[in-house]
Parts: sequence; C-alpha cells; structure tokens
Amino acid sequence: MAESNIAIELINVDKHFGAVHANDKVNLSVQTGTIHGIVGENGAGKSTLMSILYGFYQADSGQIKVFNKDFRAISSKQSIEAGIGMVHQHFMLVDNFTVLENVVLGSEGGALITESLSNARIELTRLAKEYGLEVELDVAVEELSVGMQQRVEILKGLYKGAKVLILDEPTGVLTPQESDELFRIFEALKNQGVTIILITHKLREIMSITDHVSVMRAGKMVAHRETSKTNPEELAELMIGRKVLLNIEKSKAKTGNPVLVAKNLEIKNEQGLKRVSDVSFEARSGEILGIAGVTGNGQGTLLKALAGILPISNGSIEIMGQTITSKNSLNPEQLRDLGVAHVPEDRQRMGMISEFTASETALLGYHKDKTINQGVWLKRALVKANCESMMEAFDVRPNNPNLMSSNFSGGNQQKLILAREFERDPDLLIIGQPTRGVDIGAIEFIRKRIIDMRDAGKAIILISVELEEIMSLSDRIVVMCDGEITGMVNGKDADEATLGMMMANALPTEEISEGVKL
Amino acid sequence: MTRERRLSWINGLLLPFLNVLTAFIATAIVFILIGVDPIKATKILIYGALGYDEGLGYTLYYATNFVFTGLAVAVAFHAGLFNIGGEGQAYVGGLGTALVALYLNPALSAWIVIPLAISGGLLFGALWAIIPAYLQAYRGSHIVITTIMFNFLASALMVYVLVNVLREVGEMSPESADFIKASWLPFVHDVFASFGYKIAKSPLNLSILVALFFSGLVWFFLWHTRWGFAIRAVGKSNDAAVYGGINPKKIIIITMCISGALAGLVGINELMGVQHRLFLNFNYGYGFGGIAVALMGRNHPVGILIAAFLFGILYQGGAELDFELQNVSRDIVVVMQGLVILFCGGLEYLYRPILIRFLAPIEATE
Repeated sequence: MAESNIAIELINVDKHFGAVHANDKVNLSVQTGTIHGIVGENGAGKSTLMSILYGFYQADSGQIKVFNKDFRAISSKQSIEAGIGMVHQHFMLVDNFTVLENVVLGSEGGALITESLSNARIELTRLAKEYGLEVELDVAVEELSVGMQQRVEILKGLYKGAKVLILDEPTGVLTPQESDELFRIFEALKNQGVTIILITHKLREIMSITDHVSVMRAGKMVAHRETSKTNPEELAELMIGRKVLLNIEKSKAKTGNPVLVAKNLEIKNEQGLKRVSDVSFEARSGEILGIAGVTGNGQGTLLKALAGILPISNGSIEIMGQTITSKNSLNPEQLRDLGVAHVPEDRQRMGMISEFTASETALLGYHKDKTINQGVWLKRALVKANCESMMEAFDVRPNNPNLMSSNFSGGNQQKLILAREFERDPDLLIIGQPTRGVDIGAIEFIRKRIIDMRDAGKAIILISVELEEIMSLSDRIVVMCDGEITGMVNGKDADEATLGMMMANALPTEEISEGVKL
Repeated sequence: MTRERRLSWINGLLLPFLNVLTAFIATAIVFILIGVDPIKATKILIYGALGYDEGLGYTLYYATNFVFTGLAVAVAFHAGLFNIGGEGQAYVGGLGTALVALYLNPALSAWIVIPLAISGGLLFGALWAIIPAYLQAYRGSHIVITTIMFNFLASALMVYVLVNVLREVGEMSPESADFIKASWLPFVHDVFASFGYKIAKSPLNLSILVALFFSGLVWFFLWHTRWGFAIRAVGKSNDAAVYGGINPKKIIIITMCISGALAGLVGINELMGVQHRLFLNFNYGYGFGGIAVALMGRNHPVGILIAAFLFGILYQGGAELDFELQNVSRDIVVVMQGLVILFCGGLEYLYRPILIRFLAPIEATE
C-alpha cells in the first residue's frame, strides 16, 4: 500500500498520569478517506489518545505523523493547522451565538467581523451542499436540536480545513433517527475524501459504518481489524479481554422472596432524555442480580431511579410493600429508612464528599440517625468512633477518621463507602461499579463482602461494566442495551460470548427469547 | 509535621495573614501617592482605634455590626450561596426590631421586650432573604442577582415606611419616634459604672454579647448539628447531598433564612443599642463589609470575630485619620476595605502555590 495513503500514524505513543499508564506504546495507522473506529471500555485510554492527537495532552514518548509529516501539538491550534478537527462529546458551542458566529469563532480575521461573516456564509453554503450538512446559519445555537448542534460542530471543523475529523462518542446524545442521519453524513464526508476517526463503545455502530476498527484495552492497542472481516462477538471479547476470573468461593444461592419488583420502567435522565424503557425484573432476597451492559446504555439511570435520585416516568417499582410510580416517588432518605442501601456508580462525585473528613463521608445519608443525634446535638465523637469501627471492619487505610476523604486511595474510599452502606444491615443493596478504579487486593475483599451480604439473605442488585465481575458474582444476569433489557441468563449458564452479543443487542431473536426463559 | 497539617496551617492562618499584609502594603502605597506618611497614618489609625477607652469602645461597636453581617455571609457560603443582600436584610431586619420596640406595651419588662425585639430583627431579616432563596431554589434565578436587587427594594421600602408610616406627625426628618425604654440595650460604660468601674462613654452596648453568642451558635450549628452537616454537604457537593437524602432546595431556603436573620441583627446594635429609633441608612456599608469580613475570616466564626475586629479598627481609625489629617477623608476606609476584599477575596490564593512549593512540597510518588 502506498505510504501517502496514511492520514494519521501513531508510533509507540506513551502517556502516564501519575501512576496510571493511560497509553502504553500505542500504534495506530488510519488510512485517508476511511472511517476508522476505535473501541474500548471506559478508561481504556481512547480519549487520552485522541486528546494527544488534538493537542490537549502531550505524549511522554512516541512519534505522531499526520499526512506523513512529523507532528507534535502543544495546543489545539497546531492540530487545526495540520488538518485535524475534533467533535467533542460535550459540544464546544456558544449557546446564544448564531450558527454562523459559532463557526467563525476563533477565525474572525480582522477587527471588523462583517467581511469574514459574509465570506464564511458563502463557504458554509458550499460545504453544506457538498456534504449534505444543511443547517440554518442565522439561528441561535440554543434553539437547535442536539443533532443539529452536532452538525454545527462538524461544519466548524470542516470550515477550519479539517481533513481528519475525530468524533468522541457522537451518538451518545442522539436519538436513533439522528444517529442514522449522522451516519449518512459520515458517508458523504468519506466520499469527499475526509478521514473520520470514530470513538465509541457501541459495537453496532462500528459494524455498520466503519471500514477499520482498532480495539483498546487498559491503555494498550490490542487489535486492528478490517470491519468486514470481524464480528461483534470477537470485538466484545477483545474489548473485555480474556482475563482470568477472580474466582470467589460461592455457595448456591438460597433465594427467597422478591424484595424489589420493577415493572415496565421508563426513566428519563437529568437532561430529560429517555434512557430506560420498558424494563421489568425482580430482585429476590439471598441472590445477586447482575445488570450488565456497556456504559451508557441506561444502567446508570436505572440505578439512580432505584435509589430514589431520579423519578420514574412510567411503570412501577415495588420495594418492601411500597409502590413507587411516576406520581408517588420516594426520595433517597425514605428508601434508606425502608432498608435500601445504595453504593453509587460515581464514587467521587456522589458517594463521598472529597472535602469532608472520612468520618463525615461515613455519615453521608445517615446524619439523621437517632443514635448519633441527641436533641439538636450531633455527637461528633460518636460519629468518629463509628467511623473508626467501620474502618476497622473494612480494613480502610489509613485508619484515621479525621483525614480528608480525598486523601484516601480509590480502593480505600470505596471500602469506606461500602462499610457505610453495609454496616446498616439493609435488606436491599443497590451497588454500582463496586470495584472501578480499585486495586486487585481490594477487589477481592469487596467481592467477598458482597457475597457475604448475599449469604446473609440480602437482595443485591449489582451494576458493573466489568463483565467478568458480573459473571463471577451474579446468580442471575440481566443485560441492557439502549435502555432495554436484551437478555436474561442464569449466572452459572452465562458465557462471555453470549453476554457480549446481548450487550450489543446483536443476538438473533430466537436466542434472546430462549435466554429470557430462565 | 505531616503535609496535611502544614497545608491546613497554610490555608487557615498564613494565607489570610499574608493577604491582609499585602492589602496594608497596597494601602501604604495609596497613602504615599496622596502625600501622607504611611507610618504616621498607621500610628494615628492604631492609636485612634485602640489607644484609649473611647476609641476602643467605638472599634468594638463597629465590629459588632461586622460580626452579624460576616456570620450572615459565612452561613450562606457554607451552602454554596453568595448572599450579597446583607445590606437589605440588615435594613429590613431593623424594621422588624423597630416595630416591636415601638409598639409593645411600655410597661412590659425589658426581659420580655428585648428578646422580642431581637426576634423581630431575626424574623424580618429572614423574610427579606426568603424570596431570593425561593427564586434560586425553585426558579433558578441566581442568588447574587436577586439579593443585590433586594438591597435596592429594601432601601425604597424603608424610605416609604419612614416617610409615610413611621414618621411622627409634624416631624421633618424621616425617622420614627423613640423606642420604648424597655427595649434599650444598656451601654457597656453604664454596665461598668454600675459595678463601680468608670470608663469613657462610647456607643458600645450589650449587643456585643449578642454577637458573641450568635458566633458560638453558628459554630455549633454548622459543625455540631445534623442541619449544619446537611448545609455543608450541599455546599460541597450537590450530587452527594442528593444521594444522601438531602433536598438542596429546602437547604437553600433554610440557609438563606438563617443568613438573613443574622444580618437582621445589625439593628440590635444600631437601633436598640445606640439610636433608640429607626432612621434612614443606619445599615449603611455593613452588609457589604460583611462580605469582606467573611472572606477574610474564611467563613469560620473565630475568623469572623478577628476580621470584624480588624474592620472595626479600620472604621474607627479611619475616622481618626479624617480628623487628624487634612488630605485624608473618611472614605479612605472604603479604599482599605476594597483592597482587603481584593487581596483576601479576589486574589485569595495568590501566595498559595509559592507557599506550598516551599513549605509543603508534594512528596515524590512512585
């Protein structure tokens, strides 16, 4: 193949953040005029890699070539000059500027803006026609739909002369129809010789529009494939990796009565977008129900609704005799009183307050507890003593309740949160990403504790993006994709391949129905 | 000393001290620019504020007001709210105090009237803060905008009330009648005199004890009650608070009520303590001064007491400067206040990177 065909070439690009090896000798070559997908789990290093390419970060070592020229960006300016444009997951647009003003932003030219605006108008009209990117130029961006705003971002890139467009999870915020429209635009761009790098974790998108795909895992580039010669199953396997299961001794579940019954749930996220639709399941005492799925397929939203943080817009949840509907919601406090404990997915932002001491973080959610309040007085000494005993029980190090929560390692923060929730002896545990960013030793400890809670007769709902974690812990597994349940299997019957297919909603229909019949 | 401890020393003590010092150096430059010897000015200022009974009395009297408004700003700040409506809340709080102190039965004992008049100030201050709080919590209007607008509303309201409602018939000036005697807070010099100590007369009155009492109360409330915990949780992380079963909207309302109530206490000192009647602009400058006091005192009651004392010194010493030096007007205090706000608030972390590099470097990690 002729060398001139390569648009972007990365050779042994390496990047550390402190102790984290975000990119480990990454090699990648992207051919001009193709759509190249990069897939990988959260934290696999995709975004870091693209940020290096776009000049947000500098690589520690390694070489980058853009159109066969050595390239080293110290800011996005060089990247733009080299012909690289980026469409971020969160748009970088000025809401109350018009489309035209947004596109011109950063390349206004002289002191008077009128001339550059009229030049831009001509150029944009041409681009829009050429690529099928029609957008009204004189409308304020805030009045456009999300899909349209994304078009503006793409136009912005093209206007600045981008020959390579990087899109980070572009369909995350789009409806299926808008996604289809976006893919149509991709085709048009490709036909005009624009190179597209698509970062995603949605295997279906990869399969339907890319020409090549590269898979990242834990900072490493683990495989390059031609899309036509691979399949979602193989990609899922590559993404997740054939890690040895952390084998945990687990007796047979002594399943009891349903503790939580969800019927036809429909849930909207904070932005009002429907993220969960028509989801039904039940969680029984003495078993772990795992909810698997690629990040962003509605599990997080579901978890928040089960914990009372988000309202449900349709359907019902029965928890211990109480029924939650769209009209009758229970807040997190009421749910805690019922005996529901919640370990949130986002430990840093939700599970703890980094600027609070450990003893205060260990109090979050339980500050009204009668044992520590005497009249108006919150007994701080007792709070500290309780925190100390929690730290003892869950081996949190350092064993110091006065230390700021932010000064503990991820694993110890998580152990503190688990201790807080477990020590209350709840009947239902809702646990999100229990071992994300946690070291191996702590992972084993945390998993054992979860099993202990199950054996103590608690109902546990476990959400994790680690398939291996779901498989090693769950007695039953529900798989979610695009906010719907795409499969249900018994834990002991589960295999990665089937789950992977369910996660991508790529199973032939008869197999799904078979899976549902537990 | 661990790095932890060093950092807390840097943040808690060294940094505010350096910030204030910088503000004073900048003030000295201003003095030089207007042709005043800064050393001489400092001497006059310090002596005027601290050198004799009467000056110290005035200093503490001014400081009392700053304690109230400083606490008001600090409480709101712990919930992540920037209440710059202290000025208006103090003003309207004064109306609440005045209504009680004007219309209660004069035969009642001071032990009943004074607590009721104080409650009047608390209540009206809280009411004046509750509308901006509601608008922030349920309508998303920014608290900074609404509270500052409410300052203007307060001043219009008070002019109306004083001119058309409370002014006595036949009086020319817009002020109320005298309060009933039972509502007067004793002057400190009178209290001392009753124990046989003679000190110079000054406006310093027993509301300074009220200020100390509320400083303690705020400290206890913020760090030793479940509500204080909830307020601080909302201020530090909204998401975590919601997760913890705390309703941030409610917290905003409650916090602003407390904040407004504290600001409403300025009237205790000014009206019940000194003037014994309601008049225009008695609150002038204390609401905004409270912002600087809270910033400088790092939103902690102890820090606020210290900062309020410093501002008392500036106010009283500034008046002396005006008196002693021909080319200095009392407005120099506003300049100093502005510089303190600039260096303690706007440039709060100016020295932090340097201090950390030299005094608490990050230990090398693996």
